[in-house]
Amino acid sequence: MTASITLTNTHEVQYLLRLGDLSLILGQRLGQWCGHAPVLEEDIALANMALDQIGQARALLTRAGQLEAAAGGAAHDEDQLAFLRDERDYLNPTLVELPRGDFAFTVLRNLMVATLQKALWARLVSSSDSELAAIAGKALKESRYHQQHAADWVVRLGDGTDESHQRCVAALAELWRYVPELFAADAVDNAAAASGLGPRWADLQAEWLAEMTEVLGEAGLGLPATGAFCSTGRLGRHTEHMGFLLAEMQSLQRSFPGGAW
Amino acid sequence: MCGSELIARDTAAWRVLADVLDPEVPALSLVDLGIVRAVLPHDDHLEVVLTPTYSGCPATEVISQSVVDALDAAGLGPTRITMQRAPAWTTDWISDDGRRKLREYGIAPPGHLAEGGAVPIRITGRRADKVACPRCASTHTERLSAFGATACKALYRCVACREPFEHFKPI
Repeated sequence: MTASITLTNTHEVQYLLRLGDLSLILGQRLGQWCGHAPVLEEDIALANMALDQIGQARALLTRAGQLEAAAGGAAHDEDQLAFLRDERDYLNPTLVELPRGDFAFTVLRNLMVATLQKALWARLVSSSDSELAAIAGKALKESRYHQQHAADWVVRLGDGTDESHQRCVAALAELWRYVPELFAADAVDNAAAASGLGPRWADLQAEWLAEMTEVLGEAGLGLPATGAFCSTGRLGRHTEHMGFLLAEMQSLQRSFPGGAW
Repeated sequence: MCGSELIARDTAAWRVLADVLDPEVPALSLVDLGIVRAVLPHDDHLEVVLTPTYSGCPATEVISQSVVDALDAAGLGPTRITMQRAPAWTTDWISDDGRRKLREYGIAPPGHLAEGGAVPIRITGRRADKVACPRCASTHTERLSAFGATACKALYRCVACREPFEHFKPI
């Protein structure tokens, strides 16, 4: 087994890892639909979106590694960062590590994440970091298509049969518990906002909620109440699901160090 | 090496790249697709600036390698590839010749983007976009899936001639 890497944890590196892990872990979850989606067209669509997410993660993790080096740490490449970190060093919000669930759960989560990513990329195109701005310029176009795809399905299922509506209600109730974390501000976000690296996620909440409300309204789905629980994935403290996800995702690199295609 | 030879190498390289096909959409060359942003002759190598189409396009590495191979085969190497992400690639960079080739290949070409580059995507509701069938030109078509065999295409069906076809999405 290959040993884990030791990160250089500056606020900037952590900000990049949060963005990169958001894409990486959702990409991994979407990839699990490959060969299992309800119809062939959706199997292909989910796999394509998984590829977009993993492509974005590659660019973001590469940049995170460069920022580690700039801060005087070891320069880790995208593969080391994707496959050789310990669980506590992954900074994705808990929302994306939850098991893929049924199709209603998947399209509702995709809508929540695409709406968040679209808002993030729209701000990040003017990041003080030109590399991050370039990544955002490309990803913004992709997230628009992801959001539209998810919104189409949420309306179709929410406003569909009793069964599909009930499944949406149940999925939304579960997913909504993980919303507060998305917009919880902390020192990492504040530092990014101060330096011009990127927005505080908290500042995107109103825009996110407005777009979610529009789609859910059209789908005939009510907005669940927001509770006091705040998950902690962005701080590196994950659910029990994360360990299983990483074990599967990392096993090849851990068993065959440096393995390449 | 004198200046005129450098210019000739550059022009020769563009001609070679005009025959290197995209591995996912082999109706188009890399030049038709608009992903070759620059060819820069240096004293000891040729630099080719490419831009990726989609973040997750699995063809990116294959494309870089095919550029290096084609220029080597033409005696124009060694070649160094620079990937340039900004400005982000847009389907507006597909040449008119490329759009014609797409149609002939059976893929409906992308519409042009609005001023400012924003894609007119609505979050919900039926889209007003009319995609013409590449075979019979009817606009009486319907979308089957937002994603086709690759992320850059959607699946459509022509209601008039009953043929399925792919649409290169504007981005």
